Amino acid sequence: MIAPPRLRELVLDGLSRSFGPQIALAALDLKIEGGEFIALLGPSGCGKSTALNCIAGLIAPTSGTISLDGRSLDGTPSERRGFGVVFQSYALFQHMTVRANIAFGLRMRRLPKAQVAERVGRALALVQLEGHADRFPSQLSGGQQQRVAIARAIVIEPPLVLMDEPLSNLDAKLRLEMRTEIRRLHRELGLTTIYVTHDQEEAFSLADRLVVLRDGVTQQIGPPDEIYYRPANPYVADFVGFRNAVPMTLEHRDGDAGDAQGHGLRARGRVSGEGSSGPVTLAIRPDDLVVGGDGENAFEITVDAVEFRGRSFVVEGATASGQRLRGTSATAVAIGATVTLRAPSARVLLFTGRD
Amino acid sequence: MRRRLAEHGIDRTLLLLLPAVAFLVVIFLYPFGYGLVLSFQPERYVGVFANYEHFFADPFLRDTIAITLGLAVPAALFNVIASVPVAYRMRGAFAGKRLLIGMLVMPVTLGTVLIAKGLLTLLGARGWVNRGLLELGLVDDPVRFVNNYWGVLLTLVITGFPFAFLLTLSYLGGIDPMLERAAATLGAGPRQRFWQITFPLLLPGLAITFILTFVLAFAVFPSAVLVGEPAGETRVISIVAYRAAYEQFDASMGSAIAMIMGAVQLAVVAVVLGVRGRLYRGPSGGGKG
Repeated sequence: MIAPPRLRELVLDGLSRSFGPQIALAALDLKIEGGEFIALLGPSGCGKSTALNCIAGLIAPTSGTISLDGRSLDGTPSERRGFGVVFQSYALFQHMTVRANIAFGLRMRRLPKAQVAERVGRALALVQLEGHADRFPSQLSGGQQQRVAIARAIVIEPPLVLMDEPLSNLDAKLRLEMRTEIRRLHRELGLTTIYVTHDQEEAFSLADRLVVLRDGVTQQIGPPDEIYYRPANPYVADFVGFRNAVPMTLEHRDGDAGDAQGHGLRARGRVSGEGSSGPVTLAIRPDDLVVGGDGENAFEITVDAVEFRGRSFVVEGATASGQRLRGTSATAVAIGATVTLRAPSARVLLFTGRD
Repeated sequence: MRRRLAEHGIDRTLLLLLPAVAFLVVIFLYPFGYGLVLSFQPERYVGVFANYEHFFADPFLRDTIAITLGLAVPAALFNVIASVPVAYRMRGAFAGKRLLIGMLVMPVTLGTVLIAKGLLTLLGARGWVNRGLLELGLVDDPVRFVNNYWGVLLTLVITGFPFAFLLTLSYLGGIDPMLERAAATLGAGPRQRFWQITFPLLLPGLAITFILTFVLAFAVFPSAVLVGEPAGETRVISIVAYRAAYEQFDASMGSAIAMIMGAVQLAVVAVVLGVRGRLYRGPSGGGKG
């Protein structure tokens, strides 16, 4: 059973918010279609929660507009937007039972009692908490409280669900379970979801599209694979796991491909940005820089740290010029050994300009 | 043996409690026990319960319970109810908040006598207000604003409100502001957010606030004499206890009245806690999420 989305589109146009002289969010433009799962991704303080609170109506934007299906939400208080919000701290009503917590939004809408009971029952079943309906939040585990918070937000059948780091208070195993759960609910109920997180893995696994933010400024908007393989700048690259970043000079460019050198290294990779010469930043994921691998890029390092990762080893060391690099090895490498790390040029990024 | 005691939290560090226990015994328990025993040894009447029988038989004494309750309950109720909207408005941070809190709390530091004096200067028979009214020819005789029930009630509000306000403010501060925001996203307007979320969570704290301001008001003595009508409508229970002990030199009767006073206070506290238990059904502890 898949329900149709209850929203055509939500448009954020130049959404900004400052706190005094500090700009928390600078001109966010985003068009969200019904049924989409959008993740706002960035480290803490990047403005993602500010954006969410603006959309929820909990704080007023300094400038910019939010419109839902062509209707502006300016000046519409939170209680009349009807969006479901899941808070990081869950914000469950401690003096009410699980059932009363979930029924709250429906009671505020003055639905008939029978209908409230029926919908609360369905929501409880959806999050598998039927047996806990008459308990108080403090009698539940973290994961159960989280599910109550989700049920409370979706039982009102909101056009848009906003989630603010909902999994950050759970342990690793539960986090994975709830991730699957959230994705399932999103699909089954035809929800449109905006999800705030600092965890790139969470964002990649859940979202249809990601918005990467830094200091309130939008860095890149795109589907997970695009962000993963083609980050727009060295900042996004670093954030999504390109741990090796080496400043170099671009010597030659031929369309997307280019050659660079610097720090005693020569590299060939995909150029991102304008220009065919000048400073570039080389970015490679440790996973793509393999001991005994293949590819036209080869860097020789003297290993000084080895980390066991289960399937493989992470090796770290310095080149002859002192540049530190991090790569992967299928077999154990002795500390002090000299190895050659190789990467195919398709996996090497060269960002022109200086960050 | 020592280990088994330690498992129940009994070890030598408990000895550190001794000074406190001794203090409690000497300062509180001994006088209380002494007074209790004394109240059963009447000086003027015959029989163990004679003091109590006399108190309840004589309307002049018996009615002081109703008179005192008639002052303390409305004063405590008013203080608690008035402190809620004021404290609610002052939850957030704003410019001048400290100054405003300071001004609201000021009367606590003044003391009852000073406040009574101030009230007399302002509202007494020859106070500013009456002199103004007389000068303007609005009244022929001074209006009796104080030296009656209302004068005492007013001082109880002036001295009790700051306590109630400070307590309520701190109880409000203990309520996670995210809860009201969550309620807002679920469709609750400002009124519903207060009555459905904040108020029920505040209620246990309000019960405690009521009890404390009530106990303070119930022991009213100086203002009942100074700005009240100690022979008539503000003949509170502490006045008759004082008279018995220090004007009629009947320490036994004075003790009996003090015991009755304590019993009435305990009864009110028990009723309030009972009501609180009924209204608040959630777990008493309950942290944030």
